[in-house]
Amino acid sequence: MPDVQPLVSDFVLKLKRRKVEGSHAVARQTAELLRSVVSQHRMGSSANQAAALADAVRAVGEQLIAANPIELAVGNIVRRVLHIIKEEDISSTAVGIEGLSVTVDSDDEYDREDDDRPSLSAAVLAAHARNALRAPSLQTLLEDIPVSPAISRTASSTGDSDGKSKSAGDKTSTRKLKHDVIAAIGDLIDEIDSCYEPISEQAVELIHQNEVILTLGRSRTVKEFLYAAKEKKRSFRVFVAEGAPRYQGHVLAKELVEKGVQTTVITDSAVFAMISRVNMVIVGAHAVMANGGVIAPVGMNMVALAAQRHAVPFVVVAGSHKLCPLYPHNPEVLLNELKSPSDLLDFGEFSDCMNFSTQDGSPLLNVVNPTFDYVPPKLVSLFVTDTGGHSPSYMYRLIAEYYSADDLVVRRKSTA
Amino acid sequence: MSAKFYGLSHFVFEKSLSYFCSLILGVHSKCAFRSYSYGLWWLTQPSAFPNEHLGPTKAIIHHRIAPSPSPAQPGLTRTVPPAPPSRLALARSLVSLSRTPNPRPRHKPSASAAMDPRRPPRSLSGGVEPKIRQVGFFTPDASAPSEPLAPAAAAVPAPSTKQGVAAGSPPASDDLSPGRLSPVMIPPPRHADLLAPGSPSPVVADSILATSAPARSSARLDVASEIADDDSWSRAPSSIELEENKRSLAGNEGAPTSIPQKQKTSKAERRAIQEAQRAAKAAAKEAANAASAAGPVTSKQAKAAKTAKKEVPQAASTVASEKKITERLPERERKLDAPHPRMQFDDVHKVEKAKKRAVVNQSEARNRVELFRHLPQYVHGTQLPDLESKFFQLEPMHPSVYKVGLQYLSGEVSGGNGRCIAMLLAFREAIKDYTTPPNKTLSRDLTAKISSYVSFLIECRPLSISMGNAIRFLKSRIAKLPHTLSESEAKASLQSDIDRFINEKIVVADKAIVNHAITKVRDNDVLLTYGSPSVVEMILDYAHELGRKFRVIVVDSRPKLEGQGLLRRLVAKGINCTYTHINAISYIMHEVTRVFLGASSILSNGTVYSRVGTASVAMVAHAFGVPVLVCCEAYKFHERVQLDSICANELGDPDVILKVPGKAEDHLKNWAENTNLQLLNLTYDATPPDYVSMIITDYGMVRYDSRYDQSFNLFI
Repeated sequence: MPDVQPLVSDFVLKLKRRKVEGSHAVARQTAELLRSVVSQHRMGSSANQAAALADAVRAVGEQLIAANPIELAVGNIVRRVLHIIKEEDISSTAVGIEGLSVTVDSDDEYDREDDDRPSLSAAVLAAHARNALRAPSLQTLLEDIPVSPAISRTASSTGDSDGKSKSAGDKTSTRKLKHDVIAAIGDLIDEIDSCYEPISEQAVELIHQNEVILTLGRSRTVKEFLYAAKEKKRSFRVFVAEGAPRYQGHVLAKELVEKGVQTTVITDSAVFAMISRVNMVIVGAHAVMANGGVIAPVGMNMVALAAQRHAVPFVVVAGSHKLCPLYPHNPEVLLNELKSPSDLLDFGEFSDCMNFSTQDGSPLLNVVNPTFDYVPPKLVSLFVTDTGGHSPSYMYRLIAEYYSADDLVVRRKSTA
Repeated sequence: MSAKFYGLSHFVFEKSLSYFCSLILGVHSKCAFRSYSYGLWWLTQPSAFPNEHLGPTKAIIHHRIAPSPSPAQPGLTRTVPPAPPSRLALARSLVSLSRTPNPRPRHKPSASAAMDPRRPPRSLSGGVEPKIRQVGFFTPDASAPSEPLAPAAAAVPAPSTKQGVAAGSPPASDDLSPGRLSPVMIPPPRHADLLAPGSPSPVVADSILATSAPARSSARLDVASEIADDDSWSRAPSSIELEENKRSLAGNEGAPTSIPQKQKTSKAERRAIQEAQRAAKAAAKEAANAASAAGPVTSKQAKAAKTAKKEVPQAASTVASEKKITERLPERERKLDAPHPRMQFDDVHKVEKAKKRAVVNQSEARNRVELFRHLPQYVHGTQLPDLESKFFQLEPMHPSVYKVGLQYLSGEVSGGNGRCIAMLLAFREAIKDYTTPPNKTLSRDLTAKISSYVSFLIECRPLSISMGNAIRFLKSRIAKLPHTLSESEAKASLQSDIDRFINEKIVVADKAIVNHAITKVRDNDVLLTYGSPSVVEMILDYAHELGRKFRVIVVDSRPKLEGQGLLRRLVAKGINCTYTHINAISYIMHEVTRVFLGASSILSNGTVYSRVGTASVAMVAHAFGVPVLVCCEAYKFHERVQLDSICANELGDPDVILKVPGKAEDHLKNWAENTNLQLLNLTYDATPPDYVSMIITDYGMVRYDSRYDQSFNLFI
């Protein structure tokens, strides 16, 4: 795939140079890149094309993740795409069994059938496939008792049907798989773009009249969430902590005020003083880990601790693309990034008092400017994602819905 | 204290209103003697008039007639020869005697028997106050009459006529008495002290607000300060004994001579002075008794003596009643001692009133945060030009006070200790240049002056609690000034008091804290501090001097960014520093071994009231299991309690939040035009006690758990 290589390296460079930041932008661009990777992928006539496709995606994904391991959204999207490929593979083989009788001889009719088949395969069967992946729950039992056994049957029958379908409609299934995957990635991009809507729809159910809300820094999800509540004629008051060192809280305050929300800008240091008068803390996140912990803009742990002290609900709003299937280990250090000291001190500002003669390897003055904080799950009251509200302990279930377990480590099979 | 004695005075007032008139006479005769002994004592003081080469009597007379321009006090140069008489006149008017005052000097030799000359001294409250003075220690006889006197002198004209007549005699008599020196004249300034409206109540705002009713409060405070002069109420019986001893020990002549000797030995100490006063009183009593017996006195004096005799039997009965009073006191005291509620700025009427009095024209900030309506917030910077233009019109404002006010306004002077020291030094200057205006008494007028300074400073920036404590100290000092002191001496003693306060309570206290805290700094420690607390900086410096190997993490926050100053100083000294902002506190806390914090005040429920953000730092440290040590001088402790950071706080200039250093775009420009947007710039926050592992004060280190046994009240 020489055609995509420039695109990939371009994006890698962007990630490395932190030209692209923010999980939403990163997720979207990653998904687009992977879509073009998939579309450029020349399907060989190998036995397992899905695996080949997945390998190609993995290869790219590995580069992207290495480019900026802090942007967990990259890895999330890569895993999502791998999962999509797997799902589509399963569904296509399932369809292959059904369609065997119909489409075996009619290669010419393929184009016509193609129009309605994807909708059937992608929507219905992907859902079924997801059900298959999903562990049984009360809800699935209520929803579709008869389906699960059927799917499991098809899933079990895929093994022996493979040879038949491959031999019969090799080219058809290959093209269809690729097509389906591309369509599914398109759906994923749409989902990333529109993740704010399902989240903000829940705003009215969580914000009551005269609520006092505190937030830190600026998050688009939070903004949309509050906008939605305001549009539903809720009147509430927002305290915005400015969020050093980027001070994006000022931007959020400006945006909220434009919509007529009562807004008060406070300094970060005043969070503890004010939190006793706050009903709810609503913040955005950088990533949500599998254990329910949150990687969030710096300062969030302080806010969460203060909220816990005063028993104020700490609500994290996050799109599902921020859902990371990894369990954090020492996240403050390993999943963090130290930024330029110039955010805190001007260059050369301390040159006058630095004693350069006594340089024994350790500088006298260090400036620490981390980007993220880790909020442990016990401090989070609720996650509001595009699939609804969840408690931190439910996160691993959500993750099982979106990712397949063997993709957690994105590495090419060849190396393994 | 004051409240306690006020309560007492009321009680006694009600009780003894019936016979106070008769008692006055006796007391006054005593007073004469006492003041006489004072005069002697003065003569024995070598430092009393350092530059006087005149004979003792001359010196004192000289001082009275024209205040001696001692080199130390150029402010004294006011040359008003008839100062004492005019002061008398003022006192007379205060006593609300509507009679025409006689401006004749008191020490007119032959006038003693006549009514006219007597009256001025009486009304001068020279006659009145001494009785009050005796309340503390003269329990049996004096307490009863004294209380009625203060209120009566202030407000009740009816009994004052008789009282006036009666009271007039004793000073006159002592003037007259040939054996006694004219130093008897000295009391006036002292009596003047007694009327001082110095409010020892803790709350400074109260003093501003309460200026409307000075007369009443002054009367109360007289008593208070009088009594406070003595060691303690409970010691009353012993003092009686002492007086009894004295009485038996000496005759008319013997008492005065022996007393000065005693004072000579322990001149410098207040204690000794009090002893002397007691002895003087005893002597006065003796004198009264003796005088009545001897006979060469006017008919008035005879009457006075009679009443004095009557007084003695009454004494026994009053002792008993007094016991009751002491038992009763606590509740009253508690009620009255409760801190005065501070000015609440959401009270429209009070705000209007305050505005009328205000020196500084301030315009209310727009877009105020609803939660903080009760706190003052003004448009920053509007006061400065106004103040500058008023510089020459603000006559009562001393330039040094003015300067400090401007420094507060501009933020040039900040930090609890810095502000407190600046204020005290300004007051010191003001006292140095102070001259008692004609018709006024020093302690009263000076207290009023200080109060006006304080209200000016409050207009510039709300006081910190430590400043409130310092002001309380100063006012109580003024109120407790020994009444025998001349103006220059009183001023000198006040100045030295201020110096001592700064030295003992701040400078030495800081050193003590450093000595305590240094034991908590070990090698390879990583110390975190927030903002720029001066004590912590001293600790770090000292630890560095001792050669300890440690690292400092300076946490800072907008908008003040005080930590940068601290960082600069520490780095210049070669201390290894790490700098970060408060949001990164969770990140940095992993490596920290100790957190050292400063405090603006520590309240009696253990709350640490400090620079905003301190609570967050302490909370995160607590969450990470890092010990939090709060360094705070004992003079910053306060009996107030506070649960949150909202009821009492200070609102800073909201505009400083707008400007983010290093960021070009200004998102919130013109924020004031949108009513939906408010900016909140808090100055303090309240750290709950459970986040604090230990408090380091100059008296030692306190484990925080001990708050349950109220050990904090030791410092308050």
